[in-house]
Amino acid sequence: MINSKVFFQGLNSLKGSRSPAIPLAACFIALGALLKDAGFNLQQSAASSLFTYALPGQLVMAESLLVGASILNIFIAVWLVNFRLYPMTVSLFPLLVHKSQPKWKYYLSCHFLAVSSWLIAKDSYKKINKKHRIDFWIGVGIGTWTTAILMTIIGYLSAEYLNKDMMIGLAIVNPVYFFCMMIGAMKNISISTAVILGTILGPLIYLYSTEWSLLFAGLIAGTIAFIFGEKNGI
Amino acid sequence: MESNIIVLAIVATSLATFISRFMGAITSEKVSVKSKVFNWFNCVAYSTLAALLGRMIIFPAGVLSESLLIIRILVLFICISIFLYSKKNLVLPTIISAILLSVLTSV
Repeated sequence: MINSKVFFQGLNSLKGSRSPAIPLAACFIALGALLKDAGFNLQQSAASSLFTYALPGQLVMAESLLVGASILNIFIAVWLVNFRLYPMTVSLFPLLVHKSQPKWKYYLSCHFLAVSSWLIAKDSYKKINKKHRIDFWIGVGIGTWTTAILMTIIGYLSAEYLNKDMMIGLAIVNPVYFFCMMIGAMKNISISTAVILGTILGPLIYLYSTEWSLLFAGLIAGTIAFIFGEKNGI
Repeated sequence: MESNIIVLAIVATSLATFISRFMGAITSEKVSVKSKVFNWFNCVAYSTLAALLGRMIIFPAGVLSESLLIIRILVLFICISIFLYSKKNLVLPTIISAILLSVLTSV
């Protein structure tokens, strides 16, 4: 059903000098501690990472709860901040498709889609035989997902030992890791343009609309980068 | 905080997140790797991600907002330089970023 050799190859991407384990640990430990402060119990904190597994959305949820937002407002705010997962899935899954693989694998494993697993898969899919790429993805996904859940629990349990300076230190790890990964991915003109323009437009549009900034910045910068790439032949 | 509200919030957050992933999986069935649509989605995905990261550094939420912007940008540039000079090692810059920002913020 699942090619175990390729699956473990995916799982093993947690090891080595390009491992996402440290940034994942840093941000989910911080999240666990934050959820405890927000009044969650241990089971609820673990369930949040188990079922949502998307850090920016979980942060929005915790902050919205603290200011007493309604469930509908939380739903919309989370949808807007996590909408990035839609173009991310569409730009990854066609690379993993093979007609011999059952559809349920794709429908279930899309839950593993997060920035870290996406960047790893985009970085290494070419090395994997097309037929088994989805099993590689499931390996990457299970590894990063379980790390996130485990670290949320550890963060929750160690909340009282973490002071504010340590929490600030943990919070920078994630953006630093992702920036490095993205710079590593800037291999052609359209992706480079997309990354640079997105970085500029994201904060700029945020000044006008906090909720819609990601969607607009992504669409505008991405479309300009696409047209630019088409005109320059890449 | 009431337990029911927390559970409902977790359900709402998980659904709102899974919708985007699942719709992505469905759309993917119709998108060919060689098509222009795929390239466009690829650019939009990288841009959206970059926008999120730019926002996390310039207008962060939570504890990170208690550090100075100039220090965050400094740490980011130092760590990207380490990444580039260490043959794209990712463990080193991430560990150093945490230590550097903790130390610079506490002094």
